[in-house]
Amino acid sequence: MATTATAPVSGPPRILEREPLVLNKHSYSWITNRVCGIVENRQPMIWWILFVPSVALFLVMAACFVYLVSTGVGVWGQKQPTSWAWDITNFVFWIGIGHAGTLISAVLFLTRQKWRTSINRASEAMTLFAVMCAGLFPAFHVGRVWMVWFLAPVPNANAIWQNFKSPLLWDVFAVSTYFTVSVLFWYLGLLPDLATLRDRCKSGIKKALYGIFALGWRGGNRQWNHYEMAYLLLAALSTPLVLSVHSVVSFDFATSIVPGWHTTIFPPYFVAGAIFGGFAMVLTLMIPARSIYGLQDLITMKHIDNMAKIILLTGTIVGYAYCMELFMAYFSANPYEGQAFQLRALHGPSVWYYYAMFFCNVIAPQIFWFKKARNSLVWVMIVSMFVNAGMWYERYVIIVTTLERHFMPGSWRVFDATWVDNWTFIGTFGFFLMNFLLFIRFLPVIAIAEVKGVLPQSNPHFDEHAERGTHELQPDMMGADSKPAAAH
Amino acid sequence: MPKTTLKRVHGYLAEFSGAGDIYHAAEKVRDAGFQRWDVHTPFPIHGLNEAMGVKRSILPWFVFFGGATGTITAFLLCYITQCIIYPTVVQAKPTNIFTTPAFFPIMFELTILLSAFTALFGSFALMGLPRFNHPLFAAKTFKKFSDDGFFLCIEARDPKFHQAETKAFLEGLGGRNIELVEDEL
Repeated sequence: MATTATAPVSGPPRILEREPLVLNKHSYSWITNRVCGIVENRQPMIWWILFVPSVALFLVMAACFVYLVSTGVGVWGQKQPTSWAWDITNFVFWIGIGHAGTLISAVLFLTRQKWRTSINRASEAMTLFAVMCAGLFPAFHVGRVWMVWFLAPVPNANAIWQNFKSPLLWDVFAVSTYFTVSVLFWYLGLLPDLATLRDRCKSGIKKALYGIFALGWRGGNRQWNHYEMAYLLLAALSTPLVLSVHSVVSFDFATSIVPGWHTTIFPPYFVAGAIFGGFAMVLTLMIPARSIYGLQDLITMKHIDNMAKIILLTGTIVGYAYCMELFMAYFSANPYEGQAFQLRALHGPSVWYYYAMFFCNVIAPQIFWFKKARNSLVWVMIVSMFVNAGMWYERYVIIVTTLERHFMPGSWRVFDATWVDNWTFIGTFGFFLMNFLLFIRFLPVIAIAEVKGVLPQSNPHFDEHAERGTHELQPDMMGADSKPAAAH
Repeated sequence: MPKTTLKRVHGYLAEFSGAGDIYHAAEKVRDAGFQRWDVHTPFPIHGLNEAMGVKRSILPWFVFFGGATGTITAFLLCYITQCIIYPTVVQAKPTNIFTTPAFFPIMFELTILLSAFTALFGSFALMGLPRFNHPLFAAKTFKKFSDDGFFLCIEARDPKFHQAETKAFLEGLGGRNIELVEDEL
């Protein structure tokens, strides 16, 4: 690649060469075989090593919820004044993780970032599973989980209607819409790849199931025409949606009068934090997956580099928000607001959470200013782990440390998590990972059709411009001898 | 299961070697005046709509009305329940039309939700999916379309279709593995 970038060419001057999105000049069928092979071949031992404990943790989570429902919400550690604790922390944590998937699939699609194609499928799957984990916590937090249908605007015997002016109900609508639209978007993207899997199956139940879900896809351009329009529209709908979801989540706090919550910076701060934490989780999942399944040519170092840059950017935005919160607490001259932040950052009972948050989210990602760190899988993995933890600390700091020191000093109490808190949260990781492993097992982990579409030879004018070498067309991709003979 | 021996010609299927090839072939088929034909590819090829003379999808119109339905539904849901059936004064907000700004999040979410449903199911309707049985699936080479095959199919329904001439035409365009696709009756 480096040689062609400097090779003398005639005609207009060459634009800076871009790194190819798929390395080693692979053909279409190589991509099909490599991605479908993950589904068709036996899973490697590591899959089972991860899957079995995941299922075990999922069962632990289920047992914790059964215990909670059969006993009462009191088995969690929250007591007045900390009536929101780990449950809401975990809810905001998981829902935030989901946001990176939608950002990759929708926002990067609208901005024509072609590198998104090899990571969008897995990130969207991650979104769905993260939102599933998130939804569990508020559902069980209501106390009598069998009454959770009261959240839905259906006529009931008491003739009571929901309070549509409440941010909590907005949240119900936002999260359920987010989950539904994410499923629809994901399924539309899966359609051509399900057809690929269908066409590769010989017979049997697998072929029938892939066939049913592929809906009889034939890849006709008269279909692609509507398909691409639907994809564009869903991307355009998901973009404001993803921004709205975490904004609405932040309204749960920002519209209250609790000092430390009642701030206007919350919506953008939450959205940036969500994307930040989500990208860390994408990296946490994709870096192992690409080496286990040999996807290094599809998910290249360039992808990891780009994601590390996004983590650096959003982490810095989050850092700005932390500082701005502190500044506003001082500048507002509101004694309650000032006290809340002094307790949070200087002499409250949970200041260590604040420093852990600040280090993990603001300091740790700064290493990504260096290309060496962005190109080292070890460093990227370490920083991602810091960010995963840091974003949980952030929500804990916002929710728990604020409530621990409410208006009345007489009611102050330090929050203490119970074993049910701990194991329910740990169990959701099992649930999340179990779902993700099943997704890898049964569905194409990379959007095959989309990756094929960004290969240089997929440009219909590739042959004509081969010698001109514009950056999009990458003239060296097929070489002089491998260039297909002109058909006419 | 007894099968009839009656068959109806569906059309001619020709394979091309790549995106550029099929793009230029499509331009020529378009210029020859064919109407009932399609190009089957593993991924959408940029600019092929123009090369085929396919019009822009009308899906956005569907989605607009789907979204508008969502907005109106959400407004009515909130307004009727909060201001007419069950007015509650909370957060010192009035229980009349001036409460509307507090309904914006719900109106927004339902707009997106119904737009998204319309986008997906509208596109299925326009694409003619689901359709599990199609004569093309019986063609020998067609399976490759979802891997690395680029196919062009001219259907017998086309007024310009002629069994011998269309085959020769496709050969002239550089089509390979030309196959007469038949539909079992």
